[in-house]
Amino acid sequence: MSLGRLFRSPEAVAGFAILGLLVAIALLAPVLFPGDPLAIAGQPLTRPFQDWTLPLGTDRLGRDVLAGLFHGARTSLAVGLAAAAASILVGSVVGTVAGFAGGLVDEVLMRITDAFQTVPGFLLSLALVSVVGPSLGVVVAAIALSAWTGPARIARAEVLSIRERDYVASARVIGMHPVEIAFREVLPNALPPVLALSSVIVAAAILTEAALSFLGLGDPNRVTWGGMIAEGRAVLRSAPYLSVIPGIALVLAVLGVYLAGEGVVEGTAAREGQA
Amino acid sequence: MSTLLQVEGLSKRYRRGNQEVAALDGVSLSIAPGETLALVGPSGSGKSTVARILLRLVEPDAGRISFNGEALLGLRGAALRAIRANLQMVFQDPMAAFNPRATVAGLIDDPLRIHGIVGRAERPRAIATLLERVGLATELAGRRVHEISGGQRQRVAIARALATRPALIVLDEAVSALDVLVRADILSLLAELQRDEGVAYLFISHDLGAVRAIAHRIAIMDGGRIVEQGEAATVIAAPASATGRALVAATPELPVFKETVS
Ligand SMILES: Nc1ncnc2c1ncn2[C@@H]1O[C@H](COP(=O)(O)OP(=O)(O)OP(=O)(O)O)[C@@H](O)[C@H]1O
Ligand SMILES: [Mg+2]
Repeated sequence: MSLGRLFRSPEAVAGFAILGLLVAIALLAPVLFPGDPLAIAGQPLTRPFQDWTLPLGTDRLGRDVLAGLFHGARTSLAVGLAAAAASILVGSVVGTVAGFAGGLVDEVLMRITDAFQTVPGFLLSLALVSVVGPSLGVVVAAIALSAWTGPARIARAEVLSIRERDYVASARVIGMHPVEIAFREVLPNALPPVLALSSVIVAAAILTEAALSFLGLGDPNRVTWGGMIAEGRAVLRSAPYLSVIPGIALVLAVLGVYLAGEGVVEGTAAREGQA
Repeated sequence: MSTLLQVEGLSKRYRRGNQEVAALDGVSLSIAPGETLALVGPSGSGKSTVARILLRLVEPDAGRISFNGEALLGLRGAALRAIRANLQMVFQDPMAAFNPRATVAGLIDDPLRIHGIVGRAERPRAIATLLERVGLATELAGRRVHEISGGQRQRVAIARALATRPALIVLDEAVSALDVLVRADILSLLAELQRDEGVAYLFISHDLGAVRAIAHRIAIMDGGRIVEQGEAATVIAAPASATGRALVAATPELPVFKETVS
């Protein structure tokens, strides 16, 4: 895909710019702020732009807000990507098995998918984290637990159409095992529309992680934007910047991921339209 | 004459909406080792249904198939996959019959790997031999299927079918989508492979010109039944059935290139 097509709309350009910034921030966090972002760095409640060593000020405990922002980007991005990858992996395997096997297997798997889809996703995540306890891995699993159903449905629909193609018949004719047909011949060709979902899933996962952290269910050993917003809530009137700054970061990150994803999908569609 | 394939009383009905269509209604035929039987007939007469049932892609409602002395319709799972080495198919549209992500080498490697024809180390050599066998340059091995021509694709399909040295290859309109010159090349390749390897063909086609070039016997289908069977030359010269006469009448005479000397 040429870059020209990717950057055809201003929204996509903005999306990639924000996403690039987010990734750079996440990668640079340990370089620019090598210390523990949870350590006390200065006077509590230093306002932004007062002290050049603490450009965005400090929170109630005197922790560096800018360092928190950088390390929080790392957490958000890592959780978002890991949760999306897990959702897409689980969803496409379930969808492929359901669509390819058909019959009772399909029926059972799709009823399970329905069940997961009926329960509000955030409740599901909340329940898992409160039962198992908050850690980064559990948060990722909790988000994936509710997010895999979308990929599963799309993968299944795609597999239903692919399994009637001649190349699947040809694979059967040469004696390929059905498991190999499902995962080597069918699944890779069913992936593109599933992958088109990934930006939406990453964006939603970043939000869910923030919401869990806001409720105190994030990994306690990590800085998260959601946790920072929650921290600032107690002093919302006197020091609104403590909630507003990570809040803006969150909105921008979600927007950037979403716009960049749309840009990729549109760019791909444009290429297929021209072919 | 020994038989390789014996099909008896094959019937298949499809439900379309609330009415049933008889796609096949008691089809019987047989093929001897190394023989080509052409299956011809108008569109919708059931030819592809016969092919798909033979390859166990579709289950018939009734009938028996004996292949190499085994009851083909009773086979399942690993036993069915194993017999597929001996019973292959070439589809009409190789572009649709190949995984769009596959490479030429990968397509030919599949049957070699699945049936353990040659060890992993010797497979590249075996793939090259098969490519040469069907008249393709071995440099094509790394290409993807959309990077080669239609005629080359059909040769790859033949190499893939040939890899396990099957006793029977079903060719469903395998040359119909090719232009005339490429079609002639593929037909002569098929005839050559038959001579060398003794493979039998079930050659499904609309095209009596192609049939005349390659088939020993012809079975004419119409409405899910076989309406006429016989030696290829005899049937084409003097078809006994109305369908046969219509097919012969619809086949354009081959153009004559030689000059008349007065
Ligand atoms: N999956 C299906 N569902 C319903 N009807 C079908 C199906 N497959 C085939 N048929 C019907 O069965 C009949 C025979 O079809 P078949 O494809 O075997 O014909 P054919 O001789 O191969 O035709 P063509 O020369 O056009 O390829 C047709 O009436 C067709 O519409
Ligand atoms: Mg057909």
